[in-house]
Amino acid sequence: MKLVDEFRDPALARALAARVVARATRPWTVMEVCGGQTHAIVAHALDALVAERIALLHGPGCPVCVTPLETLDRAQRFALDGGGILCTFGDMLRVPGSAGDLFAARARGADVRVVYAPLDAARLAARTPERPVCFLAVGFETTAPAVAVAARWARQQRLDNFFLLVSHVRVPPALEAIAGAPDARVDAFLAAGHVCTVMGTAEYEPIARRFRKPIVATGFEPVDILHGLALAVEQLERGEARVEVQYERAVRPGGNPAARALVDEVFEVADRAWRGVGVLPRGGLVLRAAYAALDAERAFPALADVAVAESPECRAGEVLRGALRPPDCPAYGRRCTPEHPLGAPMVSSEGACAAYFRFRAAESAA
Amino acid sequence: MSDAPDTGALASPSCPAPAEADRVTLAHGAGAGASARLFEERVWPAFANAALGARHDGAVLAAPADGARLAVTTDSFVVRPLFFPGGDIGRLAVHGTLNDLAMCGARPLALTCALVLEEGLPLATLSRVIASIGAAAAAAGVPVVTGDTKVVERGKGDGVYVNTTGVGAVPAGRSLLPARVAPGDALLVSGPLAEHGAAVLSVREDVGFEGAFASDCTWLGPLVETLLEAVPSVHCLRDPTRGGLGAALHEIAAAAGAEIELDEAALPVREPVAAACELLGIDPLFLASEGRFAAWLPEADAERALAVLRAHPDGAGAVRVGRVAAGRARVVVRSRMGTRRLLVLPSGDPLPRIC
Amino acid sequence: MCLAVPGRVCERHEEAGLRLATVDFGGVRKRVCVETLPDVAVGAWVLVHAGIALQEIDAAAAAESLRALAAGTDGAP
Repeated sequence: MKLVDEFRDPALARALAARVVARATRPWTVMEVCGGQTHAIVAHALDALVAERIALLHGPGCPVCVTPLETLDRAQRFALDGGGILCTFGDMLRVPGSAGDLFAARARGADVRVVYAPLDAARLAARTPERPVCFLAVGFETTAPAVAVAARWARQQRLDNFFLLVSHVRVPPALEAIAGAPDARVDAFLAAGHVCTVMGTAEYEPIARRFRKPIVATGFEPVDILHGLALAVEQLERGEARVEVQYERAVRPGGNPAARALVDEVFEVADRAWRGVGVLPRGGLVLRAAYAALDAERAFPALADVAVAESPECRAGEVLRGALRPPDCPAYGRRCTPEHPLGAPMVSSEGACAAYFRFRAAESAA
Repeated sequence: MSDAPDTGALASPSCPAPAEADRVTLAHGAGAGASARLFEERVWPAFANAALGARHDGAVLAAPADGARLAVTTDSFVVRPLFFPGGDIGRLAVHGTLNDLAMCGARPLALTCALVLEEGLPLATLSRVIASIGAAAAAAGVPVVTGDTKVVERGKGDGVYVNTTGVGAVPAGRSLLPARVAPGDALLVSGPLAEHGAAVLSVREDVGFEGAFASDCTWLGPLVETLLEAVPSVHCLRDPTRGGLGAALHEIAAAAGAEIELDEAALPVREPVAAACELLGIDPLFLASEGRFAAWLPEADAERALAVLRAHPDGAGAVRVGRVAAGRARVVVRSRMGTRRLLVLPSGDPLPRIC
Repeated sequence: MCLAVPGRVCERHEEAGLRLATVDFGGVRKRVCVETLPDVAVGAWVLVHAGIALQEIDAAAAAESLRALAAGTDGAP
């Protein structure tokens, strides 16, 4: 594919990896924030190309992983008790709730459907006016415009059977929490290119200044990631801590104003619990009052009544903060595997634990 | 989906919905009356052959020639939708089973066919499926010698399920087995991968893709015979159906007790299929093919085998994609970047993802 | 997080009050929402995520930055 294949060029990637290693005069720890980057790093084993100088930490950028257990349990409850249709992204089906995943709910009779776009869920509601349709809306700022457009369209069409269970999260508060943690080990961040495509880079300036960490908005292909690493390392070596854009073909300083306006019309910033991390101030998005009629939790008060049971063995929070490497977790690979996950990071193909397990289970593959 | 809009013949404005008489009822599975009529009017004309013509409880077949051994395989087909670009459940049910025989090195002798129908299925849809089974079997020169029809209540099936069993003869001296795969073997595939999986996905789950998708659903018998005649040293063949090449390699690595190294840059995936996989976040290594096989054979014969495959229209896209090495039973991918990683199987079928 | 794929706009449509476009992704066409890029023109490259265009891609800038990277002149000291 054009604009993809060029950025997978092996010769260019290897040259960039060599540049990273050559410029680094000491070992540096760099965190890629986004699970999409984690996926590319492990799929191409890019970390092996720079391992001599760079330790890559997988960040919290997997919305599947940080969706609170309560939200998952409410989604199941909606699907099982309400006679409605629960729609969500394919990523969510295998995430363990308190009583199994959404496949298990399906097996118990729930109508759970995978959609590619939130608008498809709203269109389904328009086609089935006799049944409530709820979209489990997870994702970072990247996904918020797609959900906002579905919400706005449902309101314009006066659909009274379309609802949202919202668990949208924002990246900057998570970066702040990681950079400011007492056990912080990160020297620089590769920021999530697609989040910045929507939001721009201004939110990251105060973080880079305050914590003196370079932040490089980076794309998702091997050449992008290694280029982003090179830029981060070059800043570190010069003693700089700036926001820089590697993913120039998509990221503009102000992001996409129309997309931001859409998000702003439907959502407002609020404190939000991240699974395994805790409540992050201003860490998420909630529906504005004008869209309250779409709020599934308000329309179905019974959804509030869930008793959550998190696995006591899962140490996802430490993994997501970069404080614990997945293989150092006592449950990893033993009681917790992609087949039988205890926590969300072992489920998503970009969850830090599953990424380790799937692609690097054997360091001996080298 | 008993009234799925796939009944092209019935979709004319003058005939808005099939009348009850045009649909499968429980009586069609009851053994007499309607059941017999269903067979005489819809099944027999598509399958007519001597063994089936005996109207007996089973088929009696001639034993294969001296020294040949019998191969038997069975498979059930529950694909949704019933009709997809490049094929349908009937054609798939014939080719899937005949291909499993071919992977055993067997030449097909006979097929059986069992249908599980859902009450309410338009008879026109059933006829299309049966005609497709008949045409695919006839094209391969294999008779459908016995069969069965059952009807389940509305809502308890997906229109049509098909089971086929195939019987074939493996000529004397031929032995294709996973356990024969050995370090030093080359790994070839007979053409572009993941085409069936992408074609089915493109018309499923509201994905809404328009594009040049077609299932690769093909009978592999002629290509396999051509290969085995010219290169009898082949150790093993495997068609990467459900689970894709990724799953097939894991099965063979485990059976052979050896490491299979896959060269990612060499994997043949056509651009629209690759693009669909990018869009849905699915690895083509885990999507099904229904007209391709992987072959393991001594390195010394690999180039000759490739030339033979490429000279045949069903193997024009054949390429070498990897090798077998001594080591633990596992599958290792050499990435485009030249790095190595383990290939770990996903749990369950691939789902479209946004992350 | 956030799988997004580049494609080229082939057609614009309006449907039920929504701005849509048919986008070609390496031979696969799909309708996506372009409420986020109200003025996007046929022929433009866009980055699509979860059925919506996130941004127009500057294909010329992409080619230029690849050239610069390959030549080692991307501003590296």
